[in-house]
Amino acid sequence: MIRQLWKFHGGIHPPQHKQASTQQAITKAEIPRHLVLPLHQHIGESAEPCVAIGEHVLKGQPIACPQGYISAPIHASSSGTVVAIEDRLIPHPSGMSAPCIVIETDGEDRWIEHSPEAPYTEIETSHLRNLIRNAGIVGLGGAGFPSYIKLNPAGKVIDTLILNGVECEPYMTCDDMLMRENPQSILAGARIMQHALQAKQVLIAIEDNKPLAYDAMQEATANDTDIEVIQVPTLYPQGGEKQLIKVLTGKECPSDGLPLQIGIVVHNVATAAAIHRAIDLGEPMISRIVTVTGDGVRQPRNLDVPFGTPMQALLDQCGGLTEDVDRIIMGGPMMGFAMHSTDIPLVKTTNCILAATKDNVTPPSHVMPCIRCGDCASVCPVSLLPQQLHWFSRAREFEKTQEYNLFDCIECGCCAYVCPSNIPLIHYFRYAKTEIWAQEREKEKADLARQRHDFRQSRIDREKAEKAARLAKKKAALAAKQPAADKKDADKQDAIKAAMDRAKAKKEQQAAAKNTDNLTEAQQKQIDDADSRRAATAIPTAATDDKGGQNT
Amino acid sequence: MLTAILALTALALLFGLLLGFAAVRFRVEGDPLAEKIDAILPQTQCGQCGYPGCRPYAEAIASGEAEINRCPPGGETTIIALADLLGCDPIPLDEEVGEEKPFTVAVIDEKTCIGCTLCIQACPVDAILGAAKQMHTVIESECTGCELCVEPCPVDCITMEPVKMDIFHWKWPYPEQSEEQPAKRPKSQPGAAAS
Repeated sequence: MIRQLWKFHGGIHPPQHKQASTQQAITKAEIPRHLVLPLHQHIGESAEPCVAIGEHVLKGQPIACPQGYISAPIHASSSGTVVAIEDRLIPHPSGMSAPCIVIETDGEDRWIEHSPEAPYTEIETSHLRNLIRNAGIVGLGGAGFPSYIKLNPAGKVIDTLILNGVECEPYMTCDDMLMRENPQSILAGARIMQHALQAKQVLIAIEDNKPLAYDAMQEATANDTDIEVIQVPTLYPQGGEKQLIKVLTGKECPSDGLPLQIGIVVHNVATAAAIHRAIDLGEPMISRIVTVTGDGVRQPRNLDVPFGTPMQALLDQCGGLTEDVDRIIMGGPMMGFAMHSTDIPLVKTTNCILAATKDNVTPPSHVMPCIRCGDCASVCPVSLLPQQLHWFSRAREFEKTQEYNLFDCIECGCCAYVCPSNIPLIHYFRYAKTEIWAQEREKEKADLARQRHDFRQSRIDREKAEKAARLAKKKAALAAKQPAADKKDADKQDAIKAAMDRAKAKKEQQAAAKNTDNLTEAQQKQIDDADSRRAATAIPTAATDDKGGQNT
Repeated sequence: MLTAILALTALALLFGLLLGFAAVRFRVEGDPLAEKIDAILPQTQCGQCGYPGCRPYAEAIASGEAEINRCPPGGETTIIALADLLGCDPIPLDEEVGEEKPFTVAVIDEKTCIGCTLCIQACPVDAILGAAKQMHTVIESECTGCELCVEPCPVDCITMEPVKMDIFHWKWPYPEQSEEQPAKRPKSQPGAAAS
C-alpha cells in the first residue's frame, strides 16, 4: 500500500555530506579520565546533586536528582570518585560555565546492580513513566525535553505515535547508524511507548536518503501490523515535530499548542532505544550515539559516548583535527552553534560534533542590505515573514515581532540559508527572543516588587493606625479613671472633714468640763476668765485643735 | 432667526445634560494614567526621583508635576516607554537624580552584621530577613537594588554587588554584522547596493 504523504510549506535542500561518517560501524568511545556532568542537560529545572565530593559512585548510579516536574536525573556514566561539584564550561552558545559534577573514573567501569522490573506489559503506565523519568531519559533529537512527560496521554486518545528517524540536518548520521545497526532496540522501545500512550498506530519516518536504515527497519517490523515504516522524500527541516506531523498525517499543529492536542506524539528513534534499555534491561541513560564529522576531523564516524566525555577526548579518538579546521560546531551546520573550547563535555542533547573547515560552512561574510526578494518567506517551514521579523528585531520593536509570531520560529535557518544578502536572520530572531524573555522576567520582578512594596506600605499604615488606636484607648481609659479618682479624693476629704468635725465636737465636749453644774460664782468667774484668756490666745488653740484633728 | 437661536439653545441644553450625566454615570475611579505610568516604572522604590516610591512619582508625572527623566534605575528604556505613552519627546536622564547603573543587589557581610534591624526598616520591599541581635540576610530574588539599606547600616556591612550572570539569564547579543556597516564590502563593487 502506498501511503499518502503531504507537504509542509517551504523547506530547502542543502548538500547532505552524510557519507563520510557512515563508512564505519558505531564504535564504543573510551572512558575518559575525567567525566564532567553538567546539572542542566535538558529543558526544565536543573538537577540537584545527591552525592558528596569524595564519594565513590558506580556506573548508572544517580548523582543528581530532578527538581520539579519538568526535570530529569543524571547518572554516573562510569564508576569512579566524585572529585568536584563546581562551575565548568558547558555546551551553550554563551560559552559560559554552569554547575557540573566531575567524576574521576577508576577504569573498572563497574555497573550498579540493575535489572528489569517486569515485562513492560505488566507495568502500570504511570509507574512505567516513573521508571523512564528515573532513568533520566530526555529527547535525544536535540531539544532534550524529558520524555516521560511526552508519554503521558493526559486523558487524550492518542491516535498516532510517530518515531522520528528523519534526521534532516546535513552531516548528522547518528540516528541513521542506530537504525541500521540496532533496529530491534528501537522497535522494542516503540512498543513500550505505544503501551504507555495506548497509541493505535506507530509510524516510523525515515528520509529517502537513508535507504539502508529504511531496509533494516522495514525488515525488523516485517511481522508487525500496527507499526509502519514510512519513507519520506528528503527535505530540510522535515525532522521538525510539526513539519513531520504535517507530512505524515496532513494535520496542522496549533501555533501555541502541542501535538498531543491533535492526538499525536512524536519521539526520536534514539529515545525509543534508550527507553528499551531502561525498561527491558534496567539501564539508565548514561551514553548516546554522537556523530563526529566534518572535513576538519581525520576519521569521521559515529561513537557511543558516555555523557560527560570532553569533546577533545572524542576528537582524539577520531584521529584528531586537521590543520585547516575553522571551528567546532555542536549540532549540525544549520541549527548548531560554535563552541568556544574543546574542553566542553558532551551532554544528553549533543547529537553531532562538526569540525568544520571554511568550505563546510559558509563563513559569516559581509552582510548586505535586505533587497526584499522574499526568498526567506518562501522557504519558511512555519509560514512566517522572516523579512518583517528581521526589520522589527533590528529596530528592537519586540512587540511587533510578537505580533508577527516570532515565537513560532523553530530557528531552522532556512531563511538565513537562502538570503542573498547574508543577513544573519536567525541571530536576529534569537536576539529578539532572549530580549523578550528578559523583559518578561523584569516585568515579573517589578510586579513582585510593587506587590511587596504595597504590602509593606499597608502594613506600616495598619501598624500606625493600630498604635494610634491603642494610644487613644489608653487616653480614654485614663480620662474615665480621672472622675473616679476625684470622687475618691472627695470622699477622703469628706471623711477627713467629718473626722475633724467629730474631733472638734469631742474636744468641745471635753473642753466643756463635766463639773460645770452647780458651780459657785467664784468658780464660774474663774472659768469665764480662763475662757476669755483662751479666746485671746485663739491661734495657738486653733493650732492645737488642728493638730488634734489630724491626729484623730 | 428666533427659531435658530431656540433650536441651538435646546441642543446645547440637551448635550450639556447628556455630558453631565455621562460624567457622573461613567466616572472612572482612580487615575488610569498614573496606573499606566506606574506599570512602566521599574518598581525599585529607591526614591531617587525625589518621591517616596514609584507610585507617587507616577502620580506626579500624571499630574504634570514631574518630568519623565527622573528614574535612574529605569534609565533610557523607561524614559522612551514613558515618552511613548505620554506622546512627548524622550529627554536624557536628569543628571541631578543620578546615573543609570547596571543592576546590583545588596549583600550583607554576615560576619560583620550586628543585628540592629536598621536595614530591615529601610528596605522598601521587605527583602531583608532577620531579627534584633540576630544576623540579617538579603533575599536576593526580592531585592530591587534600591541601595536604601546601605546608608543606615552602622557597621557598613552592606555592599551592592552585580548579579552573577548564568545561562538562564544570558541574552544573545545584538548581531554585530549589521548591514549598516558596509565597510567590509569589496572595493570592486562600489555602490552595488544602496544602503
